[in-house]
Amino acid sequence: MGSMKGTRRMQLPDFENHLALSDEILMSVEKPARYIGNEVNAVIKDKNRIAIRFCMCFPDVYEIGMSHLGIQVLYDMFNRYEDVWCERVYSPWVDLDRIMREQKIPLFALESQEPVRDFDFLGITLQYEMCYTNILQVLDLSGIPLLAKDRTDRDPIVIGGGPCTYNPEPIAPFFDLFYIGEGETAYRQLFDLYLEVQREGKGRQDFLLRAACEVGGIYVPSLYETTYKEDGTIASFTPVAEGVPAKILKEIVMDLDNVPYPEKPVVPYIKVTQDRVVLEIQRGCIRGCRFCQAGQIYRPVREKSLETLKGYALHMLESTGQEEISLNSLSSSDYSHLSELVDFLMETCREKNVNISLPSLRIDAFSLDVMSKVQDVKKSSLTFAPEAGSQRLRDVINKGLTEEVILNGAALAFQGGWSRVKLYFMLGLPTENEEDIRGIAELSNKIAALYYELLPKEQRPGPVQIVASTSFFIPKPFTPFQWAPMCTKEEFLEKAQMTKRAISSQLNQKRIKYNWHEADVSVLEGVFARGDRRVAPVILKAYEKGCLYDAWGELFKNDVWMEAFTECNVDIDFYNTRQRGLDEILPWDFLDCGVDKSFLKREWERALTQTVSPNCRMLCQGCGAMRFGGGVCMEERKGVQA
Amino acid sequence: MKIRIKFAKYGAMRFIGHLDVMRFFQKAIRRAGIDVAYSGGFSPHQIMTFAAPLGVGMCSMGEYMDIEIHSHQGMEALLFSLRKACPPGIDILNARALPEKCGNAMASVAAASYAVAFKDKTRSFTPYERFLSGFLAQEEILVTKETKRSTMEVNIRPGIYEFGIEDGVLCFMVDASSGGNIRPDFVVERFLSFVGTDVLKIDLQTIRLETWMNAGSTEEPQFVPLDAIGEEF
Repeated sequence: MGSMKGTRRMQLPDFENHLALSDEILMSVEKPARYIGNEVNAVIKDKNRIAIRFCMCFPDVYEIGMSHLGIQVLYDMFNRYEDVWCERVYSPWVDLDRIMREQKIPLFALESQEPVRDFDFLGITLQYEMCYTNILQVLDLSGIPLLAKDRTDRDPIVIGGGPCTYNPEPIAPFFDLFYIGEGETAYRQLFDLYLEVQREGKGRQDFLLRAACEVGGIYVPSLYETTYKEDGTIASFTPVAEGVPAKILKEIVMDLDNVPYPEKPVVPYIKVTQDRVVLEIQRGCIRGCRFCQAGQIYRPVREKSLETLKGYALHMLESTGQEEISLNSLSSSDYSHLSELVDFLMETCREKNVNISLPSLRIDAFSLDVMSKVQDVKKSSLTFAPEAGSQRLRDVINKGLTEEVILNGAALAFQGGWSRVKLYFMLGLPTENEEDIRGIAELSNKIAALYYELLPKEQRPGPVQIVASTSFFIPKPFTPFQWAPMCTKEEFLEKAQMTKRAISSQLNQKRIKYNWHEADVSVLEGVFARGDRRVAPVILKAYEKGCLYDAWGELFKNDVWMEAFTECNVDIDFYNTRQRGLDEILPWDFLDCGVDKSFLKREWERALTQTVSPNCRMLCQGCGAMRFGGGVCMEERKGVQA
Repeated sequence: MKIRIKFAKYGAMRFIGHLDVMRFFQKAIRRAGIDVAYSGGFSPHQIMTFAAPLGVGMCSMGEYMDIEIHSHQGMEALLFSLRKACPPGIDILNARALPEKCGNAMASVAAASYAVAFKDKTRSFTPYERFLSGFLAQEEILVTKETKRSTMEVNIRPGIYEFGIEDGVLCFMVDASSGGNIRPDFVVERFLSFVGTDVLKIDLQTIRLETWMNAGSTEEPQFVPLDAIGEEF
């Protein structure tokens, strides 16, 4: 063999495992990088010099959780506080979940790799209802009692935040407190109170009571009591202790240019869903579509200034090295300085070889021009979201997109070289009839026909491709449709069949692809969206029976869920298909999202008469959000207050 | 101008797979502000080549990548900024400016050397030293290679260039060329089975020591590390 030249003994590098999981486990699970932390821009602090340890959780798999902007915002903000160390945790995937249960390994935070149960706070963001069993998984694997009432001073304070907290009742028993509204405003006060209560040598009950009384936006479920009428509706919902507010107003940031923004977001190693720099350009939406919860709860619209955004874009690209940047807002086309911002980004990105990914913009000459510059026209498709097939129903839902606008946009796009169109619709909207459903097929067909009318054969890049997708409408709290009955599973599927038949009877049916979902998940989502505290035992039962990752089609177990409903004696129809009375106490009525209930009622009545309401910039509808004294409410506008 | 960068990978970074390491470096090079060359088109990517993929779980002290740059402020400045852009577990060891006519890192790879140690530092390969000569005296050491299309038996003995035990650590150098690459775990597994011991794979840590190119001829190979070519800048 001769001399060992190539393998001469050297100092070997560190291969000791300093992680919470052994090599054996990490090598046996899919994507071990989900669990090792150590990402670029992850924050490591000296735990001995920290007063508060906060674990931020997104109750879904790493790749989903790491794509969420809200966590990055709070993670960055908390870690700017010298006395706080904020770490992250996500739901272990099912493979690791099984191993952790078998080997009794406690769930750990990524940065320190230390058990979550030793933290002061566990903050869980609630972005969609179908993650509810994953909340229980995170608590369970951490070794934290699932029910708040069973927790002691040794357990972390479990906080819920995010859009689902606008009806927290179905998950109320699992949380010590909910933070209602935007996270940037009240956390420091909450932390200071926590430290004060600690100094006084008092425990969690004192902290929770004082938080509810003294800190804005804080809802402590254990401090409220609900009674019910014989028909099952709520008779009363009242605080049980003195000083606890009967109504809780959401927290809101009025000056978006003066709150922290994560200029050094954590950069994952593995490919995540949103693997790019995300620039939040505004909060809220002026449009007021009547099915949309985000359009109400984030009122009023507040914009970030162009200068602020330019600075963020440059810093974030530099600190992350990401090769793509994207804009985040509910309706980017409504941002006042969109064209200047896009010009700036196109210039910067060309220099830096960064891609721009544009969110769904309203299709017009401007957006088509921009899109043709930043993406390959042949490979990309255009997206329209008419949401309803007929003008009548679009008026009901206040979606101000007319057929004329859609066809004009499509014509421009076809002339610009596009040949693929995606259309998004909802089935089961209030007042929907067969004609509205046929409208979906007819609109799809008109767009296909337009392509062939408009372009002579030799100018066509290929056959036109239309993809029409429908989702099922789920009424959400704090929308004008919060009182509306939701369809049953059977009705939904019948509507999907009807849509399918209508599409196959069109002239251009071969050019139209139709997608729809299973209805089971929508039914559950409906119950969780508008449920009350009596739904919580069903979630607990389903979890105990093995339900987890319900948002993941292949893991969703509808039959187990149905058993859980039966065993808990909870009637789905009571929550979903019942028409709620306008005077009924709704489970979320104790929250104030800034929009008055009287406005929502007005909008519901206007919907039933197919009356469109102009957007915030055209004519103020007096929704109530003006009380915050900022944003679009204070802009000069054409009309006057209604 | 082509630059070859040598780096080490260890610690938690062991669990980042090859494709993700490539993605990591694309971002690290941007963070470091290196004036790297890009391909054209709607999604430009950096012109970058890696020497030999490293299996998940392994450490390495001899990884290489080639990049193409337009300009630089000197080697030390480049190393400094790239080091700043890397987390614990990725150490940038050196950089070399490559001559114009030089095969890229991937095409250059001829061999790789490895150390295999017990994770439990009280255990050692020394008791197996007496099996070395017998193991190497075999004319054929067969392993089963599975590809997508077929399964075949391959004799890896000619591709084992060095093999021994030093300070209780199993050390060997094997063919790592694109045509004849030998996975280190195959070599370890054959040796352990020759010895007749029931050591578990998970009890061992594999460390790639160096990646080698052939500076000699096919008949008379002369292995030199991939950074033996090129110069400081």
